[in-house]
Amino acid sequence: MNSKVADRIATGVFIAIAFIIVAILAALFSFILFRGVPQISWEFLTTPSSSVRAGGGIRDQLFNSIYILFITMLITVPLGVCGGIYMAEYAKPGKVTNFIRSCIEMLASLPSIVVGMFGLLVFVNTTGWGYTIIGGALALTIFNIPVMVRVSEDAIRSVPAEMKEASLALGITHWHTIKTVLIPSAFPGILTGAILASGRVFGEAAALLFTAGLSTPRLDYLDLNPFSETSPLNIFRPAETLAVHIWAVNTNGIMPDIREIANGSSAVLVLAVLIFNLLARWLGSAVHKKMTAGK
Amino acid sequence: MENKAALSAGERLIKSKRNRSLGELRGKILVTLCALIMITATVSVTIFLTVKGLQSFLVNHVSPIEFLTSTNWNPLADDPSYGALPFIFGSLAVTFLSALIAAPLGIGGAIFMTEIAPSWGRKVLQPVIELLVGIPSVVYGFIGLTILVPFIREHGTGTGFSILAGTIVLSIMILPTITTIATDAMGALPSSLREGSLALGATRWQTIRKVLLPAALPSLLTAVVLGMARAFGEALAVQMVIGNVRSLPASLLDPSATLTTIITLNMGHTTYGSVENNTLWSMGLILLIISFVFILIVRYLSSRRKI
Repeated sequence: MNSKVADRIATGVFIAIAFIIVAILAALFSFILFRGVPQISWEFLTTPSSSVRAGGGIRDQLFNSIYILFITMLITVPLGVCGGIYMAEYAKPGKVTNFIRSCIEMLASLPSIVVGMFGLLVFVNTTGWGYTIIGGALALTIFNIPVMVRVSEDAIRSVPAEMKEASLALGITHWHTIKTVLIPSAFPGILTGAILASGRVFGEAAALLFTAGLSTPRLDYLDLNPFSETSPLNIFRPAETLAVHIWAVNTNGIMPDIREIANGSSAVLVLAVLIFNLLARWLGSAVHKKMTAGK
Repeated sequence: MENKAALSAGERLIKSKRNRSLGELRGKILVTLCALIMITATVSVTIFLTVKGLQSFLVNHVSPIEFLTSTNWNPLADDPSYGALPFIFGSLAVTFLSALIAAPLGIGGAIFMTEIAPSWGRKVLQPVIELLVGIPSVVYGFIGLTILVPFIREHGTGTGFSILAGTIVLSIMILPTITTIATDAMGALPSSLREGSLALGATRWQTIRKVLLPAALPSLLTAVVLGMARAFGEALAVQMVIGNVRSLPASLLDPSATLTTIITLNMGHTTYGSVENNTLWSMGLILLIISFVFILIVRYLSSRRKI
């Protein structure tokens, strides 16, 4: 075969592959959105779910998802950023650093179901808490921390060395340089990474099945005392998230409108992830612009 | 504006003098503590799951050989048997089959982005890949359940719940992983390789096939292995479409089960501490060990990286 013909055929194949990938995404999104968006209404978002009757909404699941996400990020972001600072600024090349790096790598590659099992063992059974929001959030922290560390480390490392050197040359101590020079410059990168990680946490289900549970107690949204049994803010109550709800409804749901609920919930989930993605891009570049061009 | 910046820099300096040495120490302790927490987390995950996973063998005296090689999984019978081979086989089958589908697509997509259309191709494909990563796994499972399973039921034999459905769902899920890492790998190749080959009169395809692919091979294999690791550990999406039966599948259209799906399904139904429950933890241990193996393979591959 003529090599020029082969070249043309190969180019055609690569273009076809790119086309297939785009087509897969387009098909998935249009399927979810066309079938799901019509299900989304104010009523769907604000009615509690029903396990037997049709017409149940996703109010509690949506709240649980957001609340667990919030608590997870509350734990993960400080831990992850400090871990990133350690890896970028304090870690000396050697055995210890290599070991920490292996630990991060290992945590990152843990299957989420295994993280869920660990959560079941430690945060549910050993502590005796049962299925709780905090247990779910801690399991998600384990699942999420490698991402956060990597993002922070990359962001801190990508700050120009001159800035750090200038600060040190002015006689400012190392930690103070980190606090006042490196972290502010790395902030847009860390923010973008944190938002993208939030999207991942928002859609995670396997790690939550055995830690936050498959049920939600009756909630009273006017009860804001975090220690009350019926308060939505109580972190020691079981909480079914939206992603878990989709799974549970499809696997053992008995209500007549399973398809509608699953369609609507999937659309909400995908829209949330889409918003997280767009927000990450927009906010990252907006903050970056504000911090660099303003001066 | 400049005045303000100068002032704040001065303030920062004054502030820093006040608690310089104390803050320095505190900061160092803080970040070291965070690093220690990460080590603790990893070590405790390993220890807890290993101890718990070995209980079925050490306490309940389930034979490890039977567990790994018998195809008979019947924990509720009078003479219970705990053969997990069908699930191990199912896990490996969907992992390798999905890699077989996703690897050419992912690497092809990467080559398209880096070699064929570096400017606009990347602009289109990059966000597409990022969005594919973002779709939650339950949504993939749900789509598989509503489109793939009925499609296979109508055009093939059986119920539609099958290895084939699981494989297709997984290949779409790991496609972005493979594409992203493969794109980085191809992009990291020095352009002198490309230019040298093209200057010798090679066509673009010859350059890709004879020069670029061999040079990037270890990194491309890393991409595939990481994709396989993700496929191996995926639970819910597969569970929704694979059918979850206890027997070895005879064909692609047969239902099957994987380690993750059996854990997902039975962990909630079995009593904590019972033999059946303990064998589920042993399956978790297998998952953990295999994810270690994947890391080791990745390490080996990155040590072989030529460029």
